[in-house]
Amino acid sequence: MRHVAKLARLALTETEVAQYGSQLAGLLAFVDELRELDTEHVGPTAQVIESRNVVRADDVAPCLDGAEVLAAAPQAQNGFFRVPKIIAAAQ
Amino acid sequence: MAGADDILACTAREIAHAVNARERSAVEVASAVSGTVAGRDRGLGAYLTLTPQLMLAQAQRVDERVAAGESLPLAGVPVAIKDNMCLRGTRTTCGSRMLEGWTAPYTATAVERLLEAGALPIGKTNMDEFAMGSSCENSALGITRNPYDRERVPGGSSGGSAAAVGAGLATIALGSDTGGSIREPAAFCNVVGFKPTYGRVSRYGLVAFASSLDQIGPFARTVEDAALTYDAIAGHDRRDATSVDRPLETTAAALRRDLRGLRVGIVKEFATADLGAAIDRCYARAYADLAALGAELVEVELPTAKYGLATYYLIAPAECSSNLARFDGVRYGLRVAGADVGEMYEQTRALGFGPEVKRRILIGTYALSSGYYDAYYVKAQKARTAIADDFKAAFAHCDLIASPAASAPAFTFNAKSDPVAMYLMDYYTIPVSLAGLPSLSVPCGAVVPDGGTRPMPLGLQLASPLFTERLLLGAAHAYERHTRHAEKLVPA
Amino acid sequence: MISERESAAAPLAESKYEAVIGIECHVELKTASKMFCGCPNEFGGEPNTKVCPVCLALPGALPVPNAAAIEHMIRAGLAFGAEIPAFSKFDRKNYFYPDMPKNYQISQYDMPLTQGGAVRYWLADGTRRECRLTRIHLEEDTGKSTHAGSGDGRIAGSTYSLVDFNRAGVPLMECVSEPDIRSADEAVAFLDALKRTFVQLGVSDVKMEEGSLRCDANVSIRLRGAAEYGTKTEIKNMNSFRSVHRAIESEIARQTGLLERGERIIQETRGWDEAAGETHSMRSKEQAHDYRYFPDPDLVPMEIAPATVDRIRAALPELPIARFERYVDEFGLGVAQATQIVDNASLAEYFDRAVRAATTPAGVVNFVLGDLSRLANEHGIDVAQSRVSPEALAELVALTDAGTINSKVAKDVLARLWREGGSARAIVESDGLAQVSDPGALAAFVEGALGAHPKSVADFAAGKENALKFLIGQVMKASRGTANPTLVEQVLRKRLR
Repeated sequence: MRHVAKLARLALTETEVAQYGSQLAGLLAFVDELRELDTEHVGPTAQVIESRNVVRADDVAPCLDGAEVLAAAPQAQNGFFRVPKIIAAAQ
Repeated sequence: MAGADDILACTAREIAHAVNARERSAVEVASAVSGTVAGRDRGLGAYLTLTPQLMLAQAQRVDERVAAGESLPLAGVPVAIKDNMCLRGTRTTCGSRMLEGWTAPYTATAVERLLEAGALPIGKTNMDEFAMGSSCENSALGITRNPYDRERVPGGSSGGSAAAVGAGLATIALGSDTGGSIREPAAFCNVVGFKPTYGRVSRYGLVAFASSLDQIGPFARTVEDAALTYDAIAGHDRRDATSVDRPLETTAAALRRDLRGLRVGIVKEFATADLGAAIDRCYARAYADLAALGAELVEVELPTAKYGLATYYLIAPAECSSNLARFDGVRYGLRVAGADVGEMYEQTRALGFGPEVKRRILIGTYALSSGYYDAYYVKAQKARTAIADDFKAAFAHCDLIASPAASAPAFTFNAKSDPVAMYLMDYYTIPVSLAGLPSLSVPCGAVVPDGGTRPMPLGLQLASPLFTERLLLGAAHAYERHTRHAEKLVPA
Repeated sequence: MISERESAAAPLAESKYEAVIGIECHVELKTASKMFCGCPNEFGGEPNTKVCPVCLALPGALPVPNAAAIEHMIRAGLAFGAEIPAFSKFDRKNYFYPDMPKNYQISQYDMPLTQGGAVRYWLADGTRRECRLTRIHLEEDTGKSTHAGSGDGRIAGSTYSLVDFNRAGVPLMECVSEPDIRSADEAVAFLDALKRTFVQLGVSDVKMEEGSLRCDANVSIRLRGAAEYGTKTEIKNMNSFRSVHRAIESEIARQTGLLERGERIIQETRGWDEAAGETHSMRSKEQAHDYRYFPDPDLVPMEIAPATVDRIRAALPELPIARFERYVDEFGLGVAQATQIVDNASLAEYFDRAVRAATTPAGVVNFVLGDLSRLANEHGIDVAQSRVSPEALAELVALTDAGTINSKVAKDVLARLWREGGSARAIVESDGLAQVSDPGALAAFVEGALGAHPKSVADFAAGKENALKFLIGQVMKASRGTANPTLVEQVLRKRLR
């Protein structure tokens, strides 16, 4: 559970670890019934619609206004988005 | 205002007709509605944000266009918009602390089309956080109450939109449906709620929950109004790669008087005997009404439908765990300061997301993680194919499938504290969503719930094959006109 | 810096160990717009001005793939003989990083647009080698972060970072090679071949200094003749081809030194430090990334018709390696000469046209790489943009080879052609520049020179060779350069005996 929370970048308190842990276990038990379903002969659905090759032409379209973009930033500096230091291991 | 009552009692068709004929002005509508909604919403909580200035500005534009000779399908129709759809210049919160202060710099395609058709935006409605929930109780920003019993939930996740229409605080509304989030609250609030075929309405500007399932659709008091709204918003959009490029059949002009010549499938696995005597009787009567309209009732089987919930609760969380990763405090929305970026991410997301969202992110991350991907995610996608195949097979024997929209009417607040109990509310709607089918809920009666005193509405779910919206809405209209159940209940 | 002990060990180690190198590079595609949105794909500009809801990952935004990027990819793959599968798709690669707006990257996992293929390249000594490709796939680039507060711009020691998303969403080709490369020289030659090909195909500018090519190297060594691979390290942060060369050599030396001392090589990522001239260990990741790849549900799969592949393949130009081989094998050009021409597409086309009209490629080469290129550089234009048509040059070469004009005159004619264009033959005829080889005419010039410079005659008789050179010069001057210098010398020597 801690590992999953780390992957999802969610800080959990000890209580939450226990609580979500047991809820997750309950949910997994619930979805476990899928095991009974024989899916040997079916392929996975990626989309229900059968479209293929949906692409766009290589045309330039208008961008957002820079000032508006940065106005929404929690912290901006000289036109950049500012974030606290990145520890290399956080990659 | 007297004018407001008149207006809000009208259908969208009536309002549009009056405005296009210049019997009423859109500005008149806007002023009347804006003036009353705030007050009347106070005990209901359907709206998170009201947009009176935008509504007025839009109304002025509509009047100008009508004066210039245009005829707009939804001219002057007041509409409520679920708060997970971007509307430029307005707060778009998704019912979450994460976006509590965020203003959208662009407008969703479906909303754009609605406005282009002449509709007037009243405001943004409350919802379960990031569209995850079946009662609207998961909203971090407010409570919405069921207009027919204020001690009960309006359903979810589009609870605010359903309640607004159900309470007469909007003529039509937009909601979104992933596993039942339009159909279930429509059933709970005594209104029509319609989810089109996946891909019919653009998702551009709809904050994503589960990308392969999300669809935008209308709430209305009549099927005809829902059809009018659908016609205005549906169709291919270049900005959404999953939006289908197929010819659109308009639906509002093809509504049926009866169901002669149609076969309606009653699903063996969805038998209502276990739902309690009153509910069972209600659906038996609904099916009988369908037959009375000339439909041939046929029993069909959906053997894999019972795996729908498990399938859905692996696929939807998996997709959402990835879709919600963008909420990290870097570019917009909530940020909780941290000593380093990692801490900022973790604390921002811990504070910004509520428990249901966290639950689903956790299980979704787990289902995709190394070692579990095949057993969970891929397996669920295969189960999904099996379910879709079952529907295809069933539709060889019928034109429409009828079932309950939910297993019970609206429950009281905090009644479903166990997550899995809540998930069961979508038992009938989820398999339909997994197959991408067009589907709606139309009021089909009412029962007094256990422990309750007032009759609460029930909804009949109708589903049809992919891309057959005209058939579906046409049939639903016939049922609605014949039974007129919604009119028999009065909001509290 | 490799230690003295290591550098002394190098010659010994060279024969004992073999380096095994694989290259992984990211190449930005040259398209007008980004991969999944219409923002401009351009280098530079004020930060965060080339962004939109899609590439900034605003709530509700959706990606739509750029058709030109897909076509470029297929073209690039076919140029290297890769296989283009009938079916391909995009997958999400999930991880968190501030320059990744969605905190997942749209990439390709198990069904890339190309598979296999090989890059054929050549070394400075003309050796030709081949490095197989594992795959090339299509993905989107991240934004760019700069780290502040540490004084040297590196992450370690920084107190905060600034992010610019202009680059986020630019289409990227990720090329992964098999570990077929055996030296730093080969690695650079491989990269040169990639660069030449991509530039010629028009799929990328491939400028490392602008970030349109970034590469990492996987380096390991093993005893020569061994079948198994040694432990490999991943080298990052090389910013130019020269850095790549230095970094790989440094790493080979470091690993050799370790093994010679009986120490283990740790599998890790190492960053190249240009200033220090060595690699440093980057903190090795606690666990391998779990990217949780799954097919992107916002996009639909691609089915690539055989007709599409055929069309693109048929439109491929002659590729640099094929051209190089033609120049060396058929025309007998030297490796350096062939490389120089191949490196400049317009020059190569000019050269090919001239050779088609000429008698000897060698003659054409000398002019093209010599005087003609010099003139072009001086005037700041391409050879192909000059007034000297390839046919005129071919004619000039023919006249020189036939001895009709001598090399000095040829230079002059070239200068005329440069200024005025036109035909070499016409200029020679109209100006009477044809080389004079007629003995009678030569004799007349020689007598004239001898008569005018008796002192030189005497000096030569006294043994001063320079006097002869002077006399030759006088004859050339008198003949306005048209006398055949070799014959002039012969006649003079005979006359002065």
